[in-house]
Amino acid sequence: MTTLQKFLGATAALALSTGAALADPALIFDLGGKFDKSFNEAAFAGAEKWKAETGGNFNEIELQSEAQREQALRRFAEAGNNPIVMTGFAFGSVLAEVAPDYPDTKFAIIDMVVDAPNVRSVVFNEHEGSYLVGMMAAMASKTGTVGFIGGMDIPLIRKFACGYVQGVKAANPDATVIQNMTGTTPAAWNDPVKGGELTKAQISQGADVVYAAAGGTGVGVLQAAADEGILSIGVDSNQNHLHPGKVLTSMMKRVDNAVYDTFMAGTDMEPGINVMGIANGGISFAVDEHNAPLLTDAMLASTYKAALDIATGEVTVHDYMSDNTCPAE
Amino acid sequence: MMDFATILQVFDSTVRLATPLLLACLAGLYSERAGIYDIGLEGKMLAAAFFSGAIAAVTGSVWLGLLAGIAASTALSGIHGLAAITFRGNQLISGVAVNFLAAGLTVVIAQDWFKQGGRTPSLIGGARFTPVKLPLADTLREVPILGPIYYELISGHTILVYLAFAMVPLTWWLLFRTRFGLRLRAVGENPAAVDTAGVSVVGNRYAAVAICGLLCGIAGAYLATALQAGFVKDMTAGRGYIALAALIFAKWRPWYALSSTLLFGFLQAIALRYQNIDLGGVVVPVQFMDALPYILTVVILAGFVGKAIPPRAGGEPYVKER
Repeated sequence: MTTLQKFLGATAALALSTGAALADPALIFDLGGKFDKSFNEAAFAGAEKWKAETGGNFNEIELQSEAQREQALRRFAEAGNNPIVMTGFAFGSVLAEVAPDYPDTKFAIIDMVVDAPNVRSVVFNEHEGSYLVGMMAAMASKTGTVGFIGGMDIPLIRKFACGYVQGVKAANPDATVIQNMTGTTPAAWNDPVKGGELTKAQISQGADVVYAAAGGTGVGVLQAAADEGILSIGVDSNQNHLHPGKVLTSMMKRVDNAVYDTFMAGTDMEPGINVMGIANGGISFAVDEHNAPLLTDAMLASTYKAALDIATGEVTVHDYMSDNTCPAE
Repeated sequence: MMDFATILQVFDSTVRLATPLLLACLAGLYSERAGIYDIGLEGKMLAAAFFSGAIAAVTGSVWLGLLAGIAASTALSGIHGLAAITFRGNQLISGVAVNFLAAGLTVVIAQDWFKQGGRTPSLIGGARFTPVKLPLADTLREVPILGPIYYELISGHTILVYLAFAMVPLTWWLLFRTRFGLRLRAVGENPAAVDTAGVSVVGNRYAAVAICGLLCGIAGAYLATALQAGFVKDMTAGRGYIALAALIFAKWRPWYALSSTLLFGFLQAIALRYQNIDLGGVVVPVQFMDALPYILTVVILAGFVGKAIPPRAGGEPYVKER
């Protein structure tokens, strides 16, 4: 550290120490934005739940560019916020750099593993949830062809796809799954027009249930599916209400629970890896008044049974990220 | 690997994907033919997409939405024109500024109005453009070959698609068969001569920029209110830049603009339909298909296939000799 940096650091610490008396937790939203109807919104809901129950206060920021990641992290840490929760795998490398500089601050990262003594890494077994909605898709499909539309082509999204295919095959071994990724750049998370076109292309190939794991692009997928009169499956948050009667179900990642738990634990939060799966309520699928007419008792029964089997370890769903291959196509 | 129905579906998708490119490409054509480079097509489309989606959501009328989109896009055109024509600023920088302005403002305003994280509520009913069924589409459907082509490919698009395609001959006629078009092209080639003839260079350039705003507005409205049901942040996703590439590929000519945007739309449609294309043992990855428009443009610019010569006075602010 140069003298200048030290000096600046000291000034910053001095300036911020006034507000540091209370250790409010902080939440950093990724580029998708706080109200993405999906991942980040779930995190926000968890924080709001904590706020409503405890009457506490939390600080938050919505990132607008990649460059702000480290800045936002350091600013919250300097300001004495504790713990600091961030949503998204993209924080991984930045957090690995920043965490050692603030050994007394607790960090929690969602969707990524960062190995540091003051970091809690929350990862989800998305493949398990995708397996369940895959089963439901196969059972709801009349054509025997279902679709998957991913956002950016990254291992995490392949994990969704792989779990989904396994679930489809479990319910109907003869079913065909058409898989598409929207793109290979972050723009793939916000291109509903392309998502809609992909959906139409899949429909023309016979798909009548489409699962979208694509952030903002998924809005276009659900829209196109509703327009064309087929079923879709939402992701992360409960998206059933977006098109009542047209969304078969939603694969829910209980990011809200993860954020809520972390905020509840406060500064005593246990570091380490925290796996959220079906077994501990971290993953589930949505059933509400919007999709109830679409679900038959037989469908629900076998899906709940599969969920139980996965929870007890009777059925294992292959995790794409464990070896970067998928046994089912 | 392709049967007739599949080919029709791919072409149908091509038309949908090419329409915003075509409108934006023609928009750029007017502007650049008049000597004003416009890198801000993307921003104008984005602003139009937002305002058309927002006003359509609030009023429930897609036509008011379209007007709002055009107004927003034309307003940004006005800013670009003010900077580039009146104040003789750098056209590229002004265009980039328009892009940034649109990318930021749309999300901020959307958040303030709708509190849904920079998106507009989903549009329903009359707040969206619905597909137009052309006359006799159902009766002719059974006619072999031509019937399905008419029913699937030509009929069943939104009114904006037909408008976009009609703009091509109209643009050709306007630019090459009217006095206005001659003057518009002249201010892009040799503004001094136009000025000597007593015709206003500034006036003509503003007119071109205004038409550019109008067309970008329709393109943006098409994205938000016809293809989709609402605005999502950054939803133009680089289409303005692809339109620019198409414009260079088209050598600044209306009919070529139609074929280049259809080609680029077709490439996108193929990439959407087939993730990896197997050509006799060689697998073409989808990324290559996505990059192909840019690669083709570079090839054209490098002079391998014909030569793309931009309007001679393009990018230069006009300064009267004293």
